[in-house]
Amino acid sequence: MQTQSANKTLRILLLGAFLAAAWLLWSGLYKPLLLGLGAFSLVLCLWLAQRIGAFEENSPLATVLNLPRFWGWLLVEIAKSSIDVARIVLDPKLPISPTVVDFKTICKGPIGQVILGNAITLSPGTVTLDVYQGGLKVHCLTEQGAESILSGEADRRAAAITDY
Amino acid sequence: MELTLDILSWILMTTGGLFVLIGGIGALRLPNIYTRMHAASLTDTMASILVLTGIMLQAGFSLATIKLMAILVFLLLTGPTASYAIANAALLSGMRPDAAETSPDKAKTPTEPSA
Repeated sequence: MQTQSANKTLRILLLGAFLAAAWLLWSGLYKPLLLGLGAFSLVLCLWLAQRIGAFEENSPLATVLNLPRFWGWLLVEIAKSSIDVARIVLDPKLPISPTVVDFKTICKGPIGQVILGNAITLSPGTVTLDVYQGGLKVHCLTEQGAESILSGEADRRAAAITDY
Repeated sequence: MELTLDILSWILMTTGGLFVLIGGIGALRLPNIYTRMHAASLTDTMASILVLTGIMLQAGFSLATIKLMAILVFLLLTGPTASYAIANAALLSGMRPDAAETSPDKAKTPTEPSA
């Protein structure tokens, strides 16, 4: 118990130091007003993070380091599906075939599920409607979009960077 | 070199603007809230990536570029979160996805994860 709360304090202090450094480096101005605003937002951020339980488990540092790899793949997917959706929108016949798919993700932790849900929403043509106990409900603009969701590629990639 | 960068950034910003326009057209043409959200996500992902990358090329290697990257990352993290809040609120308030009407056979496919 003792070490657990010590770990938590350490995590709070680490995040606080990181946020303070980010504020100082980005603003580059050291007037009392701006420093005061910085201190205020720092405390606000730490309080909000504490409120959602961000300090209860180990910080997902490995996941953060793995993110760029995932983003590279996601960027290509976003570009491809953007062109698809743009083509559908501009087509006079408006060839949509809205489909809802339900599936269970293989991501175990909440962070993996958030990354997967957000990645699905981020690519045009698919929107996550609900995430509940590892199950996702996704609305797709076309049946092809639904098929690509069910192929599970995004699921596997999100799991690969969060579960290790 | 300067000119190449300029042309590239103009192309990026113009395509980004085009995607904003298409997203707007889509939000008007598509039939209901769920399908309209797909058009809106053209604007807030693809368009913002293109426009901000175009501006980054104008800013060159400077603090401004790093700030623009941070803005892009924050937009791409908060955008889908807000979309999820809207979509989930629509679902919870009883708005049914239109899938059943358009494709009855594929509307409710409680599909197993294709592992």
